[in-house]
Amino acid sequence: MKPGTRLKSAVCDTEVMVIRGGDGAIECGGAPMAEDKPAAGGEPAAEFAGGTLMGKRYVDEAGTIELLCVKPGKGSLSVDGAALRTKDAKTLPSSD
Amino acid sequence: MNIALLLQMAADTDPGRIALVCDGRRWSYGALQAAARGAAANIVAGGCAHVALLDESSEAAPIALFGAALAGVPYVPLNYRLADTDLAALLQRIAPACVIGDIDRVQRLDPEGGHTCLGRDAFVAAAEAAADGASDEEREGEGIAAQIFTSGTTAAPKAALLRHSNLLGYILGTVEFCSAAEDDAQLVCVPPYHIAGISALLSSIYAMRRLVLLPAFDPDDWLELVATEKVTNAFLVPTMLARIIERIDAGAPAALDSLQAIAYGGGRMPLELIRRALDLFPTASFTNAYGLTETSSTIALLGPEEHRLAQTSDDPAVRARLGSVGRPLPTVELEIRDEEGRPLSAGERGEIYVRGEQVSGEYRERSALDAEGWFPTRDAGWLDEEGYLFLTGRADDVIVRGGENISPGEIEDVLMTHPAIVDAAAVGVPSVEWGEAVGVAVVVKPGPETPGDEELRALVKDRLRSSRVPERIVRLQALPYNEMGKLLRRKVREVF
Repeated sequence: MKPGTRLKSAVCDTEVMVIRGGDGAIECGGAPMAEDKPAAGGEPAAEFAGGTLMGKRYVDEAGTIELLCVKPGKGSLSVDGAALRTKDAKTLPSSD
Repeated sequence: MNIALLLQMAADTDPGRIALVCDGRRWSYGALQAAARGAAANIVAGGCAHVALLDESSEAAPIALFGAALAGVPYVPLNYRLADTDLAALLQRIAPACVIGDIDRVQRLDPEGGHTCLGRDAFVAAAEAAADGASDEEREGEGIAAQIFTSGTTAAPKAALLRHSNLLGYILGTVEFCSAAEDDAQLVCVPPYHIAGISALLSSIYAMRRLVLLPAFDPDDWLELVATEKVTNAFLVPTMLARIIERIDAGAPAALDSLQAIAYGGGRMPLELIRRALDLFPTASFTNAYGLTETSSTIALLGPEEHRLAQTSDDPAVRARLGSVGRPLPTVELEIRDEEGRPLSAGERGEIYVRGEQVSGEYRERSALDAEGWFPTRDAGWLDEEGYLFLTGRADDVIVRGGENISPGEIEDVLMTHPAIVDAAAVGVPSVEWGEAVGVAVVVKPGPETPGDEELRALVKDRLRSSRVPERIVRLQALPYNEMGKLLRRKVREVF
């Protein structure tokens, strides 16, 4: 998945931008995401209904995939069924 | 990837929140985003190669920056202080461009360039008018967000290219989205053609911190804006800080209670000045930022706690860190290398190399990155045991005397310890015997303690060694600096 690609959730309003791509299917609410809003519809699966937060970055355990939430929604993110976690921000003082 | 995303996210989150204040006009994130979309439609329709800004800071700067980004055309902020011949050369290098700002000057200097020229107000009005129905489409173009001409203190200006991926890498890696409180306000007084002017727009918009633009720096205007807009954050170059402190000392009205954080960079900060500022603003946090145009702004910083610690510590090594630029950002790699490119250990002086997503190192003519992606900054420096970075000048400024490398900084530091020396610059001067020898230009306080040449030579000889002793000494009224407080060494060389 090319960095910069925007993916939309099939089951909620979530939209992400790929910062770092890798292998595997990127899912939201348990359903695959795609560049054009997938037609699947429905509700997020119960185990992937924690929601996404605007402006948060999400990574997999290996740190190979990184997504930026650019529109929040009710589903939560996973890759091949493995939940992604938010990347802890490094708190830096503003330098600009 | 497109930096337009940063404004889009802010506008999606809270379109009514005030994004920018300039000359009494207020722009919400939604209005700014709409104007950027309209500007993009106009830029695409105009079919130009670059979008240039030849103007002081105003709302036109972010509208042009994000409009150009959406249109997939590089944004080129130009230095309006350049002499006609230098500016004409730059205009020819970006033709045909959509130039915003000083129309008359563009038409006079490059009449054959095929430029589309718009005054500031006309550009903004046309962007607002085209906003309705303009598409959100992001065009990729060459992937270049900004092209910034370097200041050319040592040679002809180079066209540094910053890709969307560089600037986004910097912002996403260092700024948390919407992290600012609703009342936070950032005062921007650096000119729009400086990298700090661009990074201030990007990071404040992403943090959703209100931007307060000061079109041209003046210490009294700065103090007034801090008071009236309840400014919380500000970035200054050292000369600006010095002028503000001068005015406060002279009794200018200063209501600075809102000021929480002051960041500074862009030039050497005299130790006495930062110590004075720390005392004068005891509740403000200070951050020293070091970066280059080619690195999308900051690559190392000395944070607020480190400032206060250095100010109050008894440990000389910790105290000395007030003269450092802090530690590299966690998102970049930084090394000191010798002339053969071999990494050096702590305490050894060499050239600063840096690598990371935000590091472009790319010019229109060529890329300066090595095969492994490292950018040789041409800045000289060293790291202490704890990884604090100390700058010693430009690698190109090194004086090579009979095969021995001499850093001008060490000689200047010693000369500045003399109570009668106000300012000092050391440069290489031609020497039949040594190839190059040390020449120093000094600014001396008038008075009876004015030191003679022999006294200055003895001072350098005692503190350093005989090879550092200046062969030639000239006295000047003032040293030549550019408007950002950068010493123009090429002009110092000309006086010898």
